[in-house]
Amino acid sequence: MDVLRVIAPGPLSTVQDLGRYGWQRFGVPVSGALDDFSHRVANRLVGNPDGAATLEMTLAGAKLEALAPVSLAVAGADMPLSLNQRPVEAWQCLRLEPGDVLTVGTARAGVRAYLALAGGIEVPRVMGSRSTNLGGGFGGLAGRSLRRGDVLAAGAPAGGRRQRRLPPEHRPAWERRVNLRALPGPQDDYFDQGLTVFFASEFTVTPDTDRVGCRLQGPEVPLARGRSAGIISEPLAPGGVQVPADGQPIILLGEQTVGGYAKIATVLSVDLPRVAQLRPGDRVAFRRVDLDEAHRLYRRYHQRLQEMSRLMAVGDEV
Amino acid sequence: MPQVFSPPVLRPCGDRAVLMELGDAIDPAVNRLVGRALEALDQHRPDWLVEAVGAYRSLMVIYDPLRADYQQVSRHLAALELAQAAGRREDGGVVEIPVCYGGEFGPDLEMVARHNRLSARQVVELHSAVAYHVYMMGFTPGFPYLGGLDPRLHTPRLESPRTTVAAGSVGIANDQTGIYPVASPGGWRIIGRTPRKLFDPRRDDPFLLRAGRRLHFVPISQDEYRRLVAEG
Repeated sequence: MDVLRVIAPGPLSTVQDLGRYGWQRFGVPVSGALDDFSHRVANRLVGNPDGAATLEMTLAGAKLEALAPVSLAVAGADMPLSLNQRPVEAWQCLRLEPGDVLTVGTARAGVRAYLALAGGIEVPRVMGSRSTNLGGGFGGLAGRSLRRGDVLAAGAPAGGRRQRRLPPEHRPAWERRVNLRALPGPQDDYFDQGLTVFFASEFTVTPDTDRVGCRLQGPEVPLARGRSAGIISEPLAPGGVQVPADGQPIILLGEQTVGGYAKIATVLSVDLPRVAQLRPGDRVAFRRVDLDEAHRLYRRYHQRLQEMSRLMAVGDEV
Repeated sequence: MPQVFSPPVLRPCGDRAVLMELGDAIDPAVNRLVGRALEALDQHRPDWLVEAVGAYRSLMVIYDPLRADYQQVSRHLAALELAQAAGRREDGGVVEIPVCYGGEFGPDLEMVARHNRLSARQVVELHSAVAYHVYMMGFTPGFPYLGGLDPRLHTPRLESPRTTVAAGSVGIANDQTGIYPVASPGGWRIIGRTPRKLFDPRRDDPFLLRAGRRLHFVPISQDEYRRLVAEG
């Protein structure tokens, strides 16, 4: 059912879900919500499964008019919300009636916010996913970002219009200086002194940052003597940190399947939501962990999401 | 001679992937081992397997850390049967890619010819004379990385990439040749265009090519190009 009309789309708003798996060997990247945590929480606030499609809004949000009664929630970057020009809170389930206008403003902290509709954003699944692949021009809403006049449809809600809200103390604070936990490799043997520099320095996020990668600037991370930055191109994992010849690291995100630069380290999956919210000028340091700790943190992340679901169920009818 | 890694070299690639290296070079024999590892994983999918991605000489195996740890995944990968079945042909024949060379579809054909002190016609002949091995796909959906370009055709990339290269464009960059499946920015020297759709997300099989296959370019005229486009 058509539920929202786009009055203003925001700078880059795309439909995303948990990603398109199974096609990377053909050069199709996973895409998907870059901030997995906020995407999942937004869905849970409206009673959706985590795999439902949401709208990923970048730096500033959209202005939307309800065409039918709809429950929705916004989570992620701190974008001010107003409903019919009256401020309302994010991180909770909101009920809109036909004619209501929701305005999602410019991010005060973080970069990406996720708007979930009860029932999920209904666009066709392409190759198993509703995520937008901007490079290939498919998936999501006609393979492109939102435009003025677009209409968003919602699937059938799972049922039970509970008033869900995530208490403020459990919402992420988007700090301007973050520690990212990372595992060395897969090409840590291309660096010796470089590993010390990498794990001991602070880097700054540059404006040249998008869904493909987050580019950093800082002290040069040198290659080991006799090594060159180029490798035989190989598959890329999200979070991989490439170091090209200029020694300035790039954290890869979700839009590239293969690459030919040595990767000094790989950021933990649980810290990728933080990377998705980094703004130009933010400061980043890397902390080395081992695989056992990484997997312990991975399990804890999923336990924490379960706790969130319990914390947000607070009432019955909206 | 390329070195084949036996057993394969395994490395963690973050907290949910293992990189499996099967050799040290870009070589069809090493690349066929990658194909066999993918096939073995596809045939008996363990419950922890999310996806396996192949490249020139390695594959990345993505796993679910809630279902298996690195040691479990590594043991499974180390035990994969990669030996070639005797007498089995694996490349599934040669895919023919019709190409209209030069003119509006191949704006850099003359330049490639000049750079290599050849005529445009010789470039077309050399480019369409051999079967190319599809090593892997990447860069954009369905973009094939091909091996086997004649050294007499090696040409450096454009100094500044074009903002849009049309879908179907066939290009050369240094020692590589390839086909752009979707319109995208690109710095390869464009020598022709194919009317075949290498990628269509709406098809049951979205891809015309796959890694491990071989392909052959077949020169066609502009009229044939238009006819094939009209036929879809």
